[in-house]
Amino acid sequence: MTDTYVGKADEANAMETLGVIGKGTPRIDGLDKLTGAAEYVDDMDFGPALLHAAVVESPYGYARIKGIDASKAEALPGVVKVVTGKDFPYTFGMYMKDRYVFAQDVVRFAGEQVAAVIARDARTAKKAASLVEVDYEVMEPLLDPMKALADDAVLIHPDLEDYEHVPWFFPKAGTNIAHWRKTRRGDLEAGFAEADVILEDEYTVPRYAHCAIEPHVVVARLDKAHRLTLWTASQSPYTQRDVFAQALAPLGLSHKDIRVVTPYVGGGFGGKAGVSMEIIGAALATVVPGRPVKVRWTREQEFTNTYQRQGVRARIRLGAKKDGTITALEHDLYWDAGAYVEYGANVVNAAGLSATGPYRVPAVKIDSLCVYTNLPPGGPYRGFGYSEFHFGLESHITRMAQELGMDPVEFRKKNAIVEGDTLAYGEAMNPSGLIEAIDKTAAAIDWGVEETSDDPTKAIGKGLCLFWKAPAMPPNASSASFLKFNEDGSMNITVSGMELGQGYLTVMAQVASEILAVPPEKIRVETPDTDRNPYEWQTVASHVTWSCGNAVAAAALEAREKIYKVVHDARGYEEGSLYLEDEKVKCDTDPDFELPLAEFVVGGIMMPDGTYRGGPIVASGKFMPEFTSALSDPETSQGGHPNVHYTVGAAGVVIEVDRDTGKIHVKKAALAADVGRAINPVLIEGQITGGLLQGLATVLYEDMRFDAQGRLLNPTFTDYKIPTSKDVPDQIIPIIIETPQPDGPFGARGVGEHTMIAAAPVIGDAVADALGVRLKEMPITAERVALAVAGMDD
Amino acid sequence: MKHTIEMNVNGEAWAVDVAPGETLLEVLREKVGVKSPKIGCERGDCGSCTVLYDGKSVRACLVLAVEAEGHEITTLEGISHDGLTVLQEKMVELSSFQCGFCAPGIVLSVHELLQERPDPSADEVKEAISGNLCRCTGYDPIVDAVLEAARIGPGDRG
Repeated sequence: MTDTYVGKADEANAMETLGVIGKGTPRIDGLDKLTGAAEYVDDMDFGPALLHAAVVESPYGYARIKGIDASKAEALPGVVKVVTGKDFPYTFGMYMKDRYVFAQDVVRFAGEQVAAVIARDARTAKKAASLVEVDYEVMEPLLDPMKALADDAVLIHPDLEDYEHVPWFFPKAGTNIAHWRKTRRGDLEAGFAEADVILEDEYTVPRYAHCAIEPHVVVARLDKAHRLTLWTASQSPYTQRDVFAQALAPLGLSHKDIRVVTPYVGGGFGGKAGVSMEIIGAALATVVPGRPVKVRWTREQEFTNTYQRQGVRARIRLGAKKDGTITALEHDLYWDAGAYVEYGANVVNAAGLSATGPYRVPAVKIDSLCVYTNLPPGGPYRGFGYSEFHFGLESHITRMAQELGMDPVEFRKKNAIVEGDTLAYGEAMNPSGLIEAIDKTAAAIDWGVEETSDDPTKAIGKGLCLFWKAPAMPPNASSASFLKFNEDGSMNITVSGMELGQGYLTVMAQVASEILAVPPEKIRVETPDTDRNPYEWQTVASHVTWSCGNAVAAAALEAREKIYKVVHDARGYEEGSLYLEDEKVKCDTDPDFELPLAEFVVGGIMMPDGTYRGGPIVASGKFMPEFTSALSDPETSQGGHPNVHYTVGAAGVVIEVDRDTGKIHVKKAALAADVGRAINPVLIEGQITGGLLQGLATVLYEDMRFDAQGRLLNPTFTDYKIPTSKDVPDQIIPIIIETPQPDGPFGARGVGEHTMIAAAPVIGDAVADALGVRLKEMPITAERVALAVAGMDD
Repeated sequence: MKHTIEMNVNGEAWAVDVAPGETLLEVLREKVGVKSPKIGCERGDCGSCTVLYDGKSVRACLVLAVEAEGHEITTLEGISHDGLTVLQEKMVELSSFQCGFCAPGIVLSVHELLQERPDPSADEVKEAISGNLCRCTGYDPIVDAVLEAARIGPGDRG
């Protein structure tokens, strides 16, 4: 069926003149969001029956629960119910079922849910939660993945081998290694033997928080007819329904009994993918049938008990010849994956398949290890492992160029991967405009032109790094779309991708608009409801423009065929002679013929005898990348086709850094991404601007700090600084490259995550360029720079 | 311990029973039904609950409801009684928002700025919204829309 579909994509690609594709069509959710009409989960009213829950959290990173006494909490007026792990002895998880609805006998991270209080108001719930007495036997937490790898390390999950998981994970029983992705290609020894220079070093990346401004929230209701409805702030309504159905199967709930509704979401960045705190809402609803119950995370809980971006220790050994040809790469990644890795292990997996970066590397050995620690669960975060490994890899690439006496940009261009090159797992690289991206970025920052600051206490530095990323998806991750016309020729499209802010609803409207010649403002695309909208795996991986765009294109093409057929049946024109323009059907062979869509797409076309032909035009479309497979040799990763394609690009900065204080000011940041086809360039520029700033923050100041118990020390915006309007680079230059993706809608591929991936290494390079010091640990704060300049680091 | 306060919200007179510890944000959202001020941090860091208190921007999570007694509170729902303000219009037109969660607070912070400085510099706009955290846009698109709105001026829409 792939052929059939690709034929359709080609058909969409082949449209000669494009009306709305490539235009900066204003977003279709603008009025909603600028008038206050946009409704987020916490804005929904559930009436006086609504109950509120507060969660009792572990104050320890690792402890045994000896007993729980809830009697004082239960005695508080207004408390409806107190539940503990005994009430829900179930595991859950997306890729590996290693997480518990509530902690059972052991807590594995500070902040883990131990019990919950349901009360008639939020204040009472919170007060009662503080009255629940938990008796802990405190144990020594494992906070460092390197220590967790020691032979005599305590096993954080002694039952690891019993956990159900996807076939592409390889847990090591009797260790803290939840998954080990090994990628091997070529003759490594020969590669290093051939090298004139071998450079080896280590790089460290800490944990980070997503910091969507809307905290996680769930309202759940099990009605008396045994129907569980959840309203969640989520990127993943269908995946949530699936995870809930699996976790709550012992209670007799299955997919048809569960409905997940996701209105607008106040930012996700990966943090609202999968299921984290929402499982608590789902479980609690089952003990108060008939009453909706709300769980809303505080900002502190948002930091401590959703997902965090995992920390990583990277060891890189790179070999290259004098002429600048890379010969071999050994890349070890030790991930601090946290207490539960049901989602995070797939981040480790993705990095382990792609940690060559966008380079042609003939001999590769990658080991990406997912290591349990007693820190909060790691998980998806914009970049999905790529931001993490690019810091070390790109820093290392620049250093290798310097060792070889080559310009780092020339070195990159010499080794940059191009279409048809063999990837580390054996497949061929997709079409890519990487070289064009490098050249345009270099031009934007005047690469090679030395600049000096007017202020003698300051130095100017430049950096230019590359990035790539493929969507990390199960091989059967799919998208679907329903389309229906309304009486006035407008239409409604339903999909289950999530509008997270990226402008997805607008892009879907543009795709349908282009094919059906109906302007985007006459197309309503709504947020998901699993009862009404068709399937979407999740809105993650920067894949919905591509994948769901294909599904919407397929639905629009089906609708177009139906429109042509009705006109053929009623008016006799050959279907092949008909086309759509300005909301009308027109005909190549009869210039006088035109029939407005509004005249027949619901009511049909009247015949001379007063009967009608046609009827409501409805259509559906789907897309599944049927060419992918996650099955491969576990020792080498050869033999499968795990990734659909890579989006590539380059980023460059010009910084001014204070020689004494180390303070960095970003004067210019340029980023070029090959998006295949820019369906909406304004939205892509928005991704570049926003993503760059988010990436710059991870290298300049954001950082999670934990105490010896694994408690987060900075769980507020006061102590975990995210950028304000005054922290923006003086100039941001977005550059759009368009090398079409053959199987993408109008040639498009995704770009959301990619915009932050290269931000960290470019700053490292620019600091090295300005001051001659190489920082190998993120973040590169003013303090660290100043200490390095003074020779006082380490 | 309940206390009845009288306040004006978006031009409407309200009398609401509040508890001593209740914040203006809770009362607006739960008892007045105005949902544009959002709950982002509940400690004054993020600015998503920004409202105008007698025309001055405040964080509704840091104002006790009893302090609103006798005052005028304006939220996004109340800044224009005649369609959109030019600022809202420009933000829609230029797609200078993403998830939209911070937008109500940002519009109010800028609305306050434009009342005082109808022709602000880019730096003044950045200063005015520096207490409103936005994780999506990188702020530049917002600043552009504000400058564009200022260039056109409010006309008769206030």
